[in-house]
Amino acid sequence: MNKTAITHYGLMAEFETAELLLKAVRESRLNGYQAIEAYTPFPVEGLDEALGLRRDLLPFFALVGGCLGAISIYFVEYYSATINYPINSGGRPYHSWLAFIPPAVEMAILGAALAVVFGMLILNGLPKLHHPLFDVSQFEMAERDRFFLCLGAHDPLFDEVRARRFLESLEPLSLHEVKG
Amino acid sequence: MSSRHPTHIGTRGGDASVFEKKPPPGAAVAAKVSGLVLAPQRRGWWLGAFGLSALLSLLFFAAIGYLLMTGVGIWGINIPVAWGFAITNYVWWIGIGMAGTFISAALLLTRQKWRASINRSAETMTVFAVSISGLFPILHLGRPWFFYWLAPYPDIMNVWPQWRSALVWDFFAILAYLIVSLLFWYMGMLPDFAVIRDRARKRSQQIFYGLLALGWRGEVRHWQRFEMASRLLAGMAVPLVFSVHSMVGQDFAEGIVPGWHSTIFPPFFVAGALFSGFAMVLILVIPLRSVFGLHAFITSRHLNNMAKLLLATSLIVTYSYIMEVFMAWYSADPYEIAITQNRMSGAYAPVYWATIFCNVLVPQVLWFKRIRLNPMALFVVGIVVVIGMWLERLMLIVTSLYRDFLPSAWGMFYPTLWDWIFLFGPIGFFAMLFLLFIRFAPVASMFEIRKLSAEDKES
Repeated sequence: MNKTAITHYGLMAEFETAELLLKAVRESRLNGYQAIEAYTPFPVEGLDEALGLRRDLLPFFALVGGCLGAISIYFVEYYSATINYPINSGGRPYHSWLAFIPPAVEMAILGAALAVVFGMLILNGLPKLHHPLFDVSQFEMAERDRFFLCLGAHDPLFDEVRARRFLESLEPLSLHEVKG
Repeated sequence: MSSRHPTHIGTRGGDASVFEKKPPPGAAVAAKVSGLVLAPQRRGWWLGAFGLSALLSLLFFAAIGYLLMTGVGIWGINIPVAWGFAITNYVWWIGIGMAGTFISAALLLTRQKWRASINRSAETMTVFAVSISGLFPILHLGRPWFFYWLAPYPDIMNVWPQWRSALVWDFFAILAYLIVSLLFWYMGMLPDFAVIRDRARKRSQQIFYGLLALGWRGEVRHWQRFEMASRLLAGMAVPLVFSVHSMVGQDFAEGIVPGWHSTIFPPFFVAGALFSGFAMVLILVIPLRSVFGLHAFITSRHLNNMAKLLLATSLIVTYSYIMEVFMAWYSADPYEIAITQNRMSGAYAPVYWATIFCNVLVPQVLWFKRIRLNPMALFVVGIVVVIGMWLERLMLIVTSLYRDFLPSAWGMFYPTLWDWIFLFGPIGFFAMLFLLFIRFAPVASMFEIRKLSAEDKES
């Protein structure tokens, strides 16, 4: 491991198309790099597989959020209408579960939606208003039409000279050093 | 490359030097859409429109102030017509708010690529329209400041909501719908805010959009979760759209008032909502397209498809009108039959026939492709439909109430000046919010259009 390289965040290569980036990601994985980050201006199909990303817990978050929303409102309905203050409303049963379903459905959707959005932000580590990448002047292009591959310096395999030579072999538009 | 993607849009100002070659379409999209926010031009019309809508909004807020001081007696409502313009406006606005989420979510789930450049305007329309619609039931309460009694919370008076009432369901439906639409709208804008942040040169703009973008940096991991979250939200939003307006329909159908007590109401209200919502999208998108020169994003294909949706929903609404008449006859209920006849020939017959004209007859012109491809004609049809849907809500509410079971309880509803202010003021408020949106936020979903053009290049 190259100790001097640790002061950096990593090395970043810039590519013109998504296909080149895809190829570069595959090559890096073949070369044994683990800390690979790829940046694209729009979701590119196949990149997540190439990076070896697994589907994560977001759908599970939705399930938990939805259940929590539904159960909590149903509990409030049941408690208020049958235990705390039962009212005889036209002879209907205190526990009119059919009528209790619509609010539960709405709150299930609300709970799931909140869990999904905040879950996405938390899993993505957002909001994070500063990141070493933002210091790379070319990085603003990532939001538009350039594709970036960043090899992290914390990768056990990372050696600045070798990584640079490897990235150059991929023929990127340019290489950028990301300072940590 | 098909015509729906931008090909001939130049980049703005000094950015062109960044590209050695001809700017690729992705950069062109970013330049065009973020340019609208960062370097706005033609401010004159915007300021004029903003001033006018701000005046109307001011009038609206003043009217709300007066209403809070005086009470709902300033409106023309009375007994028997206790629901007047306020509830009409509520149902109308929430109906307009339905189509945005529907366009965005249902077309995302069915992978309709043409949604990409109109979904943002549609979602924005939803958020603003639903916010406005929520005001009306609150203002319509005798004591609006106690509206929070609808929420279940432990208080010393032991006041709990009546869970068996559709009006309480409504409270939860609107609340959920508003928050989910807001989340869907904001989350979809995150990557676009990041584009604007990166292109901003003024410090104030960098900070403003930097905060809004939450540090989005387009990492593949992030995109993967973002796409998953979008699909999950869309999957939840579609049933939400249907449930929310079904509950609005239930508000009526739970009563035993003739003309309201019909099982067709929930789907009928949903269809009407989508109908007015699609019309409103056309009304918003057509001027947006010509004022900002967005013809490359919002193409005739979009307008054509929207017009087809409008025609389809018009036919569903037409079917519902026929069914209402049929069910009144088939039920053999004298009160139902009387109210149906009264709608067609009673004191409010012009409202009924205007509804039929606007919602049934006028949309039939959309069978012709020439009309569907003519933005001006579509704009006019959109306005006619939106007016027609408002008249339909008014017709449903007023004609059912003004003739009760007993002739001694009959009475007329005449709108007052305040009723009209509460109709037009919110329209101004909506326009003001929308104008602010097109000034300060990305009007089209940049990353989706870029994705489409990249896919097109591949094929």
